[in-house]
Amino acid sequence: MSKLVQGYEVVIGFETHAQLSTKSKIFSRASVAFGAEPNTQACAVDMALPGTLPVMNIGAVERAIEFGLAINAHIAERSIFARKNYFYPDLPKGYQISQFEIPVVQGGEVSFFLEEGQETVRKTVRLERAHLEEDAGKSLHEDFIGQSGIDLNRAGTPLLEIVTQPDMRSSDEAVAYAKELHKIVTWIGICDGNMQEGSFRCDANVSVRKPGGELGTRREIKNLNSSKCAGRLTRSKTATRSNKPPCCSTPTRARPAPCAPKKTPPTTATFLTRTCPRW
Amino acid sequence: MNSLHDMTVAELAQALKTKQVSAVEVATGFLARLGGNPHNAFLDIDSEVTLAQAQASDARLAAGTAGPLEGVPVGHKDVFVTRDFATTAGSKILTGYRSPFDATLVQKLGASALGGAGMVTLGKLNCDEFAMGSANENSAFGKVTNPWDTARVPGGSSGGSAAAVAARLTPAATGTDTGGSIRQPASFCGITGIKPTYGRASRYGMIAYASSLDQGGPMARTAKDCALLLSAMCGPDLDRDSTSLDVPAEDFTASLNGSIEGLRIGVPKEFFGEGLHADVRAALDAALSEYEKLGAKLVPISLPRTELSIPVYYIIAPAEASSNLSRFDGVKFGHRAKDYTDLVDMYKKTRAEGFGNEVKRRIMTGAYVLSHGYYDAYYLQAQKIRRMIADDFQNAFKSCDVIAGPVAPSVAWKLGENAGDPVADYLADIFTLPASLAGLPGMSLPAGFGAHGMPVGMQLIGNYFQEAQLLNAAHRLQQATDWHLRKPEGI
Amino acid sequence: MSLTPQDIARIANLARLELQPEESDRMLTQINGFFGIVQAMQAVDTTGIEPMAHPVAAIQDITLRLRPDVASEPNQRDLNQKSAPAVERGLFLVPKVIE
Repeated sequence: MSKLVQGYEVVIGFETHAQLSTKSKIFSRASVAFGAEPNTQACAVDMALPGTLPVMNIGAVERAIEFGLAINAHIAERSIFARKNYFYPDLPKGYQISQFEIPVVQGGEVSFFLEEGQETVRKTVRLERAHLEEDAGKSLHEDFIGQSGIDLNRAGTPLLEIVTQPDMRSSDEAVAYAKELHKIVTWIGICDGNMQEGSFRCDANVSVRKPGGELGTRREIKNLNSSKCAGRLTRSKTATRSNKPPCCSTPTRARPAPCAPKKTPPTTATFLTRTCPRW
Repeated sequence: MNSLHDMTVAELAQALKTKQVSAVEVATGFLARLGGNPHNAFLDIDSEVTLAQAQASDARLAAGTAGPLEGVPVGHKDVFVTRDFATTAGSKILTGYRSPFDATLVQKLGASALGGAGMVTLGKLNCDEFAMGSANENSAFGKVTNPWDTARVPGGSSGGSAAAVAARLTPAATGTDTGGSIRQPASFCGITGIKPTYGRASRYGMIAYASSLDQGGPMARTAKDCALLLSAMCGPDLDRDSTSLDVPAEDFTASLNGSIEGLRIGVPKEFFGEGLHADVRAALDAALSEYEKLGAKLVPISLPRTELSIPVYYIIAPAEASSNLSRFDGVKFGHRAKDYTDLVDMYKKTRAEGFGNEVKRRIMTGAYVLSHGYYDAYYLQAQKIRRMIADDFQNAFKSCDVIAGPVAPSVAWKLGENAGDPVADYLADIFTLPASLAGLPGMSLPAGFGAHGMPVGMQLIGNYFQEAQLLNAAHRLQQATDWHLRKPEGI
Repeated sequence: MSLTPQDIARIANLARLELQPEESDRMLTQINGFFGIVQAMQAVDTTGIEPMAHPVAAIQDITLRLRPDVASEPNQRDLNQKSAPAVERGLFLVPKVIE
């Protein structure tokens, strides 16, 4: 039975980007080690120099399959890679190679225990899919006036994008799910789980509805970089018409339509989606 | 010994091996012919680099470590990236670009110390911008003229390569063929060219136009020369090109002299319809008679979806191109606009300034057919019909060994004739597009002359991996005829 | 199937191309002319046909090759950035990115 907040049921889905613990990038042989000098780990393929082509890293595929097995998912025998085309400076090819129609991992579930009042309850979150894709580079703004500096070291790092069904009903559940997922990926060794370094990035999709009613407008919270943040955020979302800026971190993974901060009217529970300086 | 520029690749290779001439002499001789850049064929020449390569070749020849084509000159179409020469792809958007690596095909033909065939690069050859065009009128660096009649087009997109070979500025050149861009200019310029089976020649370092169609291949004056170069160019490149097939390299010269008695030559009725000009038809009829004299049998066949190949190609190729050309954004390399207000404005102005009209048109068409709501109706539909076209060929190959036909409906047209009407150019690709869509190997070889004394090429299409058979058939015709030996006046 | 000037504007924006008014007009006419020959393609019945991405898939099963997970690319930053329009301290400079 879902907890209601001011008569509304909260519906949360999670999207996690886990950087896979390979030695080289998903489509090139450059290293993925963290912390190198800018663009020293971006080879010709990563920089999208004319004539370069991607070659798939078996380590990324193996880790995706291992994850699928760990969560009891269906492993697609044949999955397809597609290009997501958009223009952004940290996306050197002008497209991201990802999976759209037929992802490598389909379905599956993550279970965990949650204290609800006096009881310990077992919850299960169903996964919709997990697919392989490449990470984008980073934009640095601090030191340049009117300009941004682009570092492509991270471009091409293998990511597993893990998407849940909208099965969570409270911020506690969301936090518990995220923690459990983090345990799984680190335990089976496919991801180092280092949130400070951006190895494990969560976005939450939150909406509210009257019980039994339709889902309201969905709002997305980007880049929850710690479970404290995730908790605070989803709580503030469901709390009232707060226009308190959410905590999130920089840099953002590039999105198809990067937009300026939006203020939304306080009629339904909403909040801002934007990045703010690291806190 | 003939004059150097009249020698074939095979003859030059032999003369170099037997020390009748040195690589430096050969390079010097050819470089002298490039002064003034006849026909605007070249985009970059650097005699220092060329002579240094020639010197290295002479050292290898002396040491007995020579490659099979050591010291023989070659020109590279400017969509192949090279470390030692500029690369523009015929576009302003790559002004000043220097690639940090060589294309695989450049390596495979290049320095024998690095495992290549030992050829010496004379320079980079002009082409339609990003290989989009059928007349080499779309280059940002000026049109190329046809050595047979400088008021006419050389064909495209490998126009510079074809003109350079026809004018004896180089004994051989590389080209690329996405919808006919090796075969058609070879036909218009009276030379020989071959596009291998898709996946047989590495695309690494070949600036991508349409990823599922592009293939590099040789252009030279004889089938034997093409066989020599193709043998060096083909082979798996598993580490760098995922579409490269794990099919071993082959010596395509081994069976050149085989008998073609009983060879079944399929003649598609759709290739000999109303659109084919009478002079081209007459030339082809004569060439096919020659084949019959050599013992081949002509078999009527049908490729029913020939006409559909035009919309199918011009949906698929621009769609893939629009994505492949997104990397040209003024951020990492190439041209960047000088004045802009913000990032988006920078992108828009950079690309508007850097790309020519045909490229913009294809990017727009491609972006449209891939956009939300249209993907299924256009791109997916085209890829399905593509499979049907490939199946049509498999059906045809049940009753024939190779397929013969025209390369283009007419001989080379006059410069500027099709200006403002891109669709007219597209329609003229009708005979080369089907083999491109199916990924089959295709050749063009000289088959006589048509209107205005202009060359006519005959197309031979083989089944997958049958390049040796095509080259054999072409070679046998060239032993029995002399069309491939003729040269433009004044050359 | 006819494109409108709004379609041209939308696609030009998607493709990050700035078109001058005459260019837009010309583009509209030429692309619409092209779509005239596409109609025949629309009419073909392709039920049950699989799209063909790799040409040789007509005769063999083509699967994606997988390479070993080895980091072997050396740091070639200077060489790779040689043709960059604007570089500072190893970073590519662009007009400020608004997120």
